[in-house]
Amino acid sequence: MASAAQRNIRSISYAKYGYFFILPFFLVYCFFQVWPLINTFILSFYGNGQKVEDFIGLDNFRALLFGTSTTGMGRTAKAIHETFIQTLGNTFIVWIGNFIPQICLSLALAVWFTDSKLKIKGKGFFKIVMYMPNIITAASVAALYLSLFAESEYGSVNNLLMSAGIIDSPIKFVTGCWQSRGMIMFIQCWMWFGNTMIMLMSGIMGLNPSLFEAANIDGASSGQVFRKITLPLLRPIMLYTLVTSMIGGLQMYDIPYLYKKGTQRNEYTRTVAVFIYEHFREKMPNPNYGFSAAASVILFFITIILGSFAFAMNRDKDEAMKKKERKAYAKALKAKQKGLGGMEI
Amino acid sequence: MSSANGAKDNYTAKLRIKSIILFVVMILLTIICLLPIYILIINATRASADVTSGVSLIPGNYLAKNFDTLFNHPMFVNFKPLIGFRNSAIIAGSATVLSVFFSALTAYGLVVYDFKLRGPAYTFILAVMMVPMQVTSVGFLQFMLKLNLGDSYIPLIVPTVAAPAIVFFMRQYLKSSFPLDIVEAARIDGCGEFRTFLTIAIPMMKPAIAVQAIFAFVANWNNFYQPSMILVSRKQNQLTIPMMVSMITSNDKVNDYGAKYAAIGLSIVPIVLVYLVLSKFIVEGVALGGVKE
Repeated sequence: MASAAQRNIRSISYAKYGYFFILPFFLVYCFFQVWPLINTFILSFYGNGQKVEDFIGLDNFRALLFGTSTTGMGRTAKAIHETFIQTLGNTFIVWIGNFIPQICLSLALAVWFTDSKLKIKGKGFFKIVMYMPNIITAASVAALYLSLFAESEYGSVNNLLMSAGIIDSPIKFVTGCWQSRGMIMFIQCWMWFGNTMIMLMSGIMGLNPSLFEAANIDGASSGQVFRKITLPLLRPIMLYTLVTSMIGGLQMYDIPYLYKKGTQRNEYTRTVAVFIYEHFREKMPNPNYGFSAAASVILFFITIILGSFAFAMNRDKDEAMKKKERKAYAKALKAKQKGLGGMEI
Repeated sequence: MSSANGAKDNYTAKLRIKSIILFVVMILLTIICLLPIYILIINATRASADVTSGVSLIPGNYLAKNFDTLFNHPMFVNFKPLIGFRNSAIIAGSATVLSVFFSALTAYGLVVYDFKLRGPAYTFILAVMMVPMQVTSVGFLQFMLKLNLGDSYIPLIVPTVAAPAIVFFMRQYLKSSFPLDIVEAARIDGCGEFRTFLTIAIPMMKPAIAVQAIFAFVANWNNFYQPSMILVSRKQNQLTIPMMVSMITSNDKVNDYGAKYAAIGLSIVPIVLVYLVLSKFIVEGVALGGVKE
């Protein structure tokens, strides 16, 4: 009886339920993500401000990338080009300045935390504390640092440094070029190193422990273990971290946007995401959809190129090795056949 | 023999010294992580004049007064924390429920049923996981304004139905710990497909759902970009907590520093407390899911 029922059930096709179940996701995704993406591409061919309805072809891209225009943007094109190039540079500088210290610190911490030979007390506590900055609202973090590092002598840090006699006049933590960039790098690093550390830790703990044991028995130093075992095996996870951090870096918005003195933003920390937002949102009655959309499209392609480049780099090595193995195998097979053939003769 | 012992002693001594050095490093990092928040809390309890005259590690007795200023002084007319908390809770709460439920549904569909487009659908979800939000936001806002949805919570809540990263996580979870035989057994017992999902799969996915719900809630609660983009007219009773905090910092007229710190503290302390309660769970969740925005 049961087997008959079972057979009966097997013969029913349930495929249509699969479509039902994933349908809401795809409907919503197409409506709220795919169409807006296409819409962004479309808008990038249209004008700005009052002329938002006019089709101007590739002029927005021309303006952003080269500062030229065929539809008479003239001076505006030049200015927008300079700002855009600067924002690209800012994004890159701030991302590098936050990523390198962050990955070094996280990697070191992850290795130390997972090293069974070292007995560090309170590991759980440290992990919880180090992840905490990541959970706090970025807007509040920016507000907190702005208050602590305010530029007048009333700012806590300037106040402390001045009363200790280290400096004579307040440091321009918010409007200075490298001071403000440094602060944003520091805040980003402060917020994200715990997260990166935990990801790398889970990666290290997923590695085969017998490798580490064998290395220990062979008397490898911890530096050797790190360079010869941990680092090579961790490559896929490092790569994932690199790619996600890169994409996150390209979108860096909250802190650079909010870290400003009153209402005046300084030009040294304006990232691409802030540039996009300023043009389509802050100029609201007459938004510059064209410039923002074109910048978004450029950002989109940069993301794709960087992402695929990173993935290709990772895959190539493995694939090359597999290819080599396959070749060697084919060769061996051939030799074997030859050998057998020879015997036959 | 003795030289071997010496080497061994040397080795353990080395390890011990290293452990101590590392412990000191950890303490330093802990201080770096906690000090800003500690000073924030201390400054929130001090009078404005004290805050501007120097840093202190000892709390003052001005907290009640600061809160009084915060709630009643016209300087803080834009800062209505209770309204902000309510709005943030509405948005983050509904976004969490929608994203977690529909992600579970999508992941279940992808794992349990064998259909022609299963492979392509999954590849699509993997591919779009990496598309930055900023890239679509221009077209998104223009489209929403056309539909007359500016100043509405709908563009903030409904799109969360499609959350590729959560689907990915749920799918991994189902693959590793959901026996498909159960579905068949339910069918034999005459249970409908959707009911199987609701009454059998969802309870079995509880751990994954809990982790993802926490992260989705935090992400939506902290979201600053989208609400400030969509809520075009900045109506006061619609603002979220991050937006209110950002308004305080960009307002030059706010010169009561104690109250300002109290305002920032009010936006940070609740989330820190919740974090401390759920911390073990959250830290494990990060390791599990590789959740990163």
